[in-house]
Amino acid sequence: MNMPVLKTEPSVKAAMPGADVLRITPAKPNLVHSRLLPALRDAAAAVLPPLVMIILLLTVWQILCSKPGATLPSPTKIWSEAYDLIVDPFFVAGPQDIGLGWRVLVSLQRVAVGYGFAAVIGIMLGTIIGQSVWAMRGLDPIFQVLRTISPLAWLPISLAAFRDSQPSAIFVIFITSVWPIIINTAVGIRNIPQDYRNVARVLRLNPLEFFWKIMIPSAAPYIFTGLRIGIGLSWLAIVAAEMLTGGVGIGFFIWDAWNSSRLSDIVVALAYIGIVGFILDRIVAVIATIVTRGTAAN
Amino acid sequence: MTHAYLQIQGIEKTFKRGSHEAIVLKDIDLTVDKGEYVSIIGHSGCGKSTLLNIVAGLIDATTGGVILENREVNEPGPDRAVVFQNHSLLPWLTVYDNVSLAVNKVFAGVKSRAERHDWTLHNLDLVQMTHAKDKRPGEISGGMKQRVGIARALAMEPKVLLLDEPFGALDALTRAHLQDSVMAIHQKLGNTVMMITHDVDEAVLLSDRIVMMTNGPAARIGEILDVPLARPRNRLELAGNQAYLKCRQRVLEFLYERHRFVEAA
Repeated sequence: MNMPVLKTEPSVKAAMPGADVLRITPAKPNLVHSRLLPALRDAAAAVLPPLVMIILLLTVWQILCSKPGATLPSPTKIWSEAYDLIVDPFFVAGPQDIGLGWRVLVSLQRVAVGYGFAAVIGIMLGTIIGQSVWAMRGLDPIFQVLRTISPLAWLPISLAAFRDSQPSAIFVIFITSVWPIIINTAVGIRNIPQDYRNVARVLRLNPLEFFWKIMIPSAAPYIFTGLRIGIGLSWLAIVAAEMLTGGVGIGFFIWDAWNSSRLSDIVVALAYIGIVGFILDRIVAVIATIVTRGTAAN
Repeated sequence: MTHAYLQIQGIEKTFKRGSHEAIVLKDIDLTVDKGEYVSIIGHSGCGKSTLLNIVAGLIDATTGGVILENREVNEPGPDRAVVFQNHSLLPWLTVYDNVSLAVNKVFAGVKSRAERHDWTLHNLDLVQMTHAKDKRPGEISGGMKQRVGIARALAMEPKVLLLDEPFGALDALTRAHLQDSVMAIHQKLGNTVMMITHDVDEAVLLSDRIVMMTNGPAARIGEILDVPLARPRNRLELAGNQAYLKCRQRVLEFLYERHRFVEAA
């Protein structure tokens, strides 16, 4: 193995006998120059463009809403009116006067339960449907119709069924987010390469081993696509559901603020919802990249 | 020949699609002795992979059967380990885990955990892949993946090792290197091997016998050629060997004169 290497080395040297070698003495590696500056430059490249855009948008908004007779509050007005909500998410000033952080946490709890059910049941149903051609043929059209139904449309039905707002809200989240999980899991299971199935057959894996060792890892990228769509949908659904069912969540807060004409509070709540939704999406995406590491590469 | 290790008897395979029926294989009879290295060669589409899959149990024969050590086999199992053409490693597992998946399944209850670990490493060592045991299949070259595929198959201690064009997707140098490895392993372990190939040199170099298949549809065994070359074989020494050249000539004549590949019109 190492024989050819030994041979070629001298011949390379012989090939260039008198070449002048310019030696540039490298400047002493400066930690500030080599590490800190590039890192700062990268950070600036990532942070500056959105920052500029936000300032620009706020300025336009400010100009538009500063005119007399403007129907919506301007950013400065929101800042002064909803100062406590913006600055401290976790204050408690009374039973119904609490920071938006608390409200978001209550909403997240509902989402966690509803989405958790959706994930478990969705993956299980999707696995069964992906396995069986007849289940796919029978159920897929039904799912395709059901998944287009708006979260709010489910609410009266679930209120009638559960006769309580808390399980109804959770059910609405479940029913909204379960479809993409089922459908994506089923597609992932159907797309398991025949090669992997053959490996499993040669090894005589039993159904349980096949499920854990071949199916789930192989379908993981699809499953996580479904889970990611699902978390987005359930966060959409929670706000709508809470607006109608009441309680403590962020959705009810918006409805309450609208009824008492606190438009500034609503804008702040919208920002909260957007940011939390973004964070939820990122969390699922990060989990997906960790779990499916290496699965896509073949 | 009375105590044939692997017997393939009267295999016929037809594929049905609606009312259309296509006969792929017809009247395949073949016996393989223990420790023998048999190659099956033929043009693409002649059903040689189908034959291998029937022996592996992955496809059912329409008629006929496969007998291994006096027992009929009709479902897949680790006693007939397959090295797939496209390696079929599980991409989410490391090289070590790919092999140990097989080891843990086949030797559960027979070997202790430590023994299974050692056996996995031993087989990786056999194909010289110990250095990459913690890498994932996506991080190693095609030849390395095929080595791991071979290690996985060997680790099952199969009665018959089935190789489905194992070197087909590799470049010529890697292929030669891997062929040498397979020869060395066969020499060392004395496996019974059945290999599908479309490479004449590969067939002559590796095999004790070469089974030549006629063109499909209804492909049959056209001719079986004994390769009377002593082992261990060396590809450089064989290059000018008369017996080697004669075998090569016979296979080439079969494939390119008597059973030329007819393009489907």
